[in-house]
Parts: sequence; C-alpha cells; structure tokens
Amino acid sequence: MSLSRPKRAPVALPGLGLSLGITVTWLSFIALIPLIALVIRAGSLGWHGWLDAISGERVWLSLRLSFGASLMAATLDTLAGLLIAWVLCRYKLPGQAFWDVLVDLPFALPTAVAGIALTALWVPGGFLGRMVAPLGWKIAFAEPGIVVALAFIGLPFVVRTVQPVLQSAEKELEEAAESLGASPSQVIWRVVLPTLRPALLTGFALAFARAVGEYGSVIFICGNIPMKTEITPLLIVSRLEQYDYAGATALATIMLALSAVILALLQVLQSGRRLALR
Amino acid sequence: MIRILLTFLAMAWLTLMVLAPVVIVLVEALSAGVGAWWQAVSDDETRTSVALSLKIAAIVVPCNAVFGVAAAWSLARFRFPGRSLLLALLDLPLSVSPVVSGLVFVLLFGAQGWFGAWLQAHDIQIIFAVPGMVLATAFVTLPMIARELLPLLESQGDDAELAARTLGASGWQVFWLVAFPRMRGALAYGVLLCTARALGEFGAVSVVSGHIRGQTDTLPLHVEILHNEYHFQAAFAAASLLLLVGVATLLLRRLHTTEAGR
Repeated sequence: MSLSRPKRAPVALPGLGLSLGITVTWLSFIALIPLIALVIRAGSLGWHGWLDAISGERVWLSLRLSFGASLMAATLDTLAGLLIAWVLCRYKLPGQAFWDVLVDLPFALPTAVAGIALTALWVPGGFLGRMVAPLGWKIAFAEPGIVVALAFIGLPFVVRTVQPVLQSAEKELEEAAESLGASPSQVIWRVVLPTLRPALLTGFALAFARAVGEYGSVIFICGNIPMKTEITPLLIVSRLEQYDYAGATALATIMLALSAVILALLQVLQSGRRLALR
Repeated sequence: MIRILLTFLAMAWLTLMVLAPVVIVLVEALSAGVGAWWQAVSDDETRTSVALSLKIAAIVVPCNAVFGVAAAWSLARFRFPGRSLLLALLDLPLSVSPVVSGLVFVLLFGAQGWFGAWLQAHDIQIIFAVPGMVLATAFVTLPMIARELLPLLESQGDDAELAARTLGASGWQVFWLVAFPRMRGALAYGVLLCTARALGEFGAVSVVSGHIRGQTDTLPLHVEILHNEYHFQAAFAAASLLLLVGVATLLLRRLHTTEAGR
C-alpha cells in the first residue's frame, strides 16, 4: 500500500500542476463559487432579514416535517437495512444475486420515477394502499407517504455500509461466545451489535442526509398541502416560483449548513472507523 | 425458526418497498397494451425530451470525466497542503439537497441574480434554458467519476508510473501509455454511473428549467408534466425508459464488481 511506504520526495511523477489546476478550476466554477454566492446572498439579507425569512409557522412546520420524517425514515432504514444485510450475509437466500441487486435499485432509479411509482402503489385505490385502507391508514398524500418515499431512497445506504463489516466480522467470535454459553440474544447484543455500531451510525447518517434534502420522490406522494405535507425543499421551490428569492435563499442556507454538519460528522465517524480497523 | 422468520421479513420488506415500485411502473406503462406504450414513448414531446436529456448528458459527462481523471490523479498521486480539504469539498455536491443545487444557479444567473442584469443586456439566457440545466446537472454529478477512480489509483500505487518515468518516458507518455490503460475500466464504470445519474436528475434540473414544454423539459421533467396532467399511462411509459436505464446500470455494476473481485 502506498500509505505505509516510507515517504520520499515526490519528484518523479508529472502533472501535479495541470491536474490540480483542472480540479480546482472546475470544482470552483461548478460548485464552490455558486455555493459561496448562496452564502453571500444570504448574508446580504442581514441577520434580521434572514430571521424574518425563516420565521413563520409555515417554515417551522416544514422544517419539523422534514426532520421528523427523515429521522423516522432513517430509523426504519437502519432496522430494515440491518435485517437485510444480516440475511444476505449469513443465510443463503433462494435467488441471492437477485435480492442483492435489488438492494441497489433505489440508487439507480431516478427520483421522479420512484415518486410516481410509490404514489401509484399507495394511493387509496392502489395495490398497497387498498390493503392498508381497511386499517384506516392513509399513506399517500399524508405524512406516512413521505416516510415511505424517504425510506425507499435511503435503504441502500444502510445495507451497503453494514454488509462489508458483517462480511469481514469474524463468525468465530459469535461461535466462541455461543460455545462459552451465551444465549442468542446475548450474542446479538454483546458481540454482533457492538461491532456493527459505527457502520449502523454511518448508514443512518447517510440515509438521513439524503432524506432531508430529497425532493423528486416525495413531491408526488406528499400531495403538497401547505402547512401539512410540505417538506422544506418543496417550500424552497414554491418560494422560488413566487420570485421570493430572499426567502428561498434563507431556507437554503439552513439546508446547506445541515449538509455540512452531517458531512463533517461522517468524516469523524469514518476516520474513527479507520482507526478502529488498524 | 428464527432464521426462517428473519429471511421472510427481509424478503417481504424488499418485495413491498423496493420491488413493488418497479413492477408497478411496468404494469402501469403496459396497462393499455404494448401498442399504447409504444405510442407514448414515440410521441413527439417524449422524443424531444429524450433528445434534450441525452444532449445535456453528452455535455456534462465528458467534462466531469476530465475533471474526474484530473482530480483522481492529483489527489491520489500527490500530497500537498489543502489536500484533505479538497477531498471533503469533493463530496459536498453529493450531500447538498438537489433543490439547493438548482437554486445556487438561479441566484447567480436568474433575472434577480448577480449576473442577471448583464446577461439580460447581452441577451444571454442561462436560467430557464439549456445552459442552466447543464450547470445544475454538472453540479449534482460532479464527483461521481472522481469517486470511482480515486480508490483505484490509491490501491494501485505509483510504482509502474515511476518506473516508466525512470526509463525515460515523458509526462504524457507516462499518462497515456501507463496510467490511463490501468484506469480505463474504472473510468468506463464511472462514466456509466455519471451518465445514468445525469439522465435521471430531477430536482436540481427542475428548479432551473422553467418547465417550458418542448424546450426545457428533460425526460424526468416530462414524466412529471404528464403525471400532473393525469396522463398516467403515458407518464409511466416515459418512466419505464428511465427504469430501463437504471436497471441496465445495476446489471453492468454487477458485472463490473464481479470482474473486479476476480
């Protein structure tokens, strides 16, 4: 590995100037300058203007909904993802390859397609909506529909972070615990889950980060009722459509700050994991 | 017993939450027969939107491919101050909400944006036009190719390139004859992922497109328009094209990983 090799002067390889130049230029033009422009624009609102733009019940309700639904979806993803990763790694499924490919599908399916498909499934007359209707559950055009859509897009994040850890975890450890008289629940709580905790946290954070900003898969199923099923990205769009640039910008800075915080958190989690593996 | 229960639960979740949406797309798309599906897919507006999606991808993907190779080369082969910051910034576009990714370009180039007045004076349209959609797509897919190449270059190490260099190869010879052939597979795979994402991007493009029929609707936006107008069968027919792209990507990914694992 190049990391463990003794350091030596990096003289021989060419192209640092050119490749770094291209990298920094393109990254700046496409991503950094626009993002900085957003922050400056928000700054020009002034503290009071910014606060004004993000106060009000509609904003508060949308933020609460976005956070609440994303937390719930990420929690569901963590539970289901752990289960699916466990079954895929430890048991032999009929059609293993098929199920394994299926896990990645939410990554590959464009969000608009996922959105209309989930809506068609969960509307009261839809294939799944019909089944839960007798229970009195309303999924589409209500909050549960948002959670369903967010849980759909977040699932692969958890499975794909947990799976490799589970695969490399030593099964002997579990067998040893068992042979020393641990009950199955003790094995799970004392041996399996502690090994998986960093991966589960990372998967949870990734699924949450994706869910909180998600737009395409939610807008069809949520029904867009202001104050009720309006997630924050949707509110940003509706403000833009009314040419309320200040209001949209102020909300966007909250979302941007949140992404930056989660990104930093993930870096910490990952470097922690790398240290633990060493 | 527990094993059967857990297997059943996992399969049930995957079936209802992941497989069912895919099946419903196909069922709805073909609900009026193959003829109706073909009619919806070959409709003029659908064809224009497919053409626009392909055009945007054709501009964005090569740019991001050059960027990806440059970023992977500089970040994997050299250590310089600010390297870890650059690595962190590289991931930023993937974690920003697509709506925010579109909004930043509206703030720069929109009518009320920084360059809005200047652009208007020179009769250049970026927002609610194709250039804005290209920019937004480039933003959301920015690191995808770099992310595929970086781990590969890191794990390959630089021995072969250094050897070529000591044997007297010029800089470009090192790149084209030694480095490039070794990254070709991962590059192709990154291009594939980036293309699929560029074709399917919805949120960011939706914000900058202005939804002008026949002019600024890409295939995903066209799906939304059809759906909002209650042309459900046509919407799902258009969506089935995107579904095919997604499934093809998954199958190629499967091939790629099993080959890499060998």
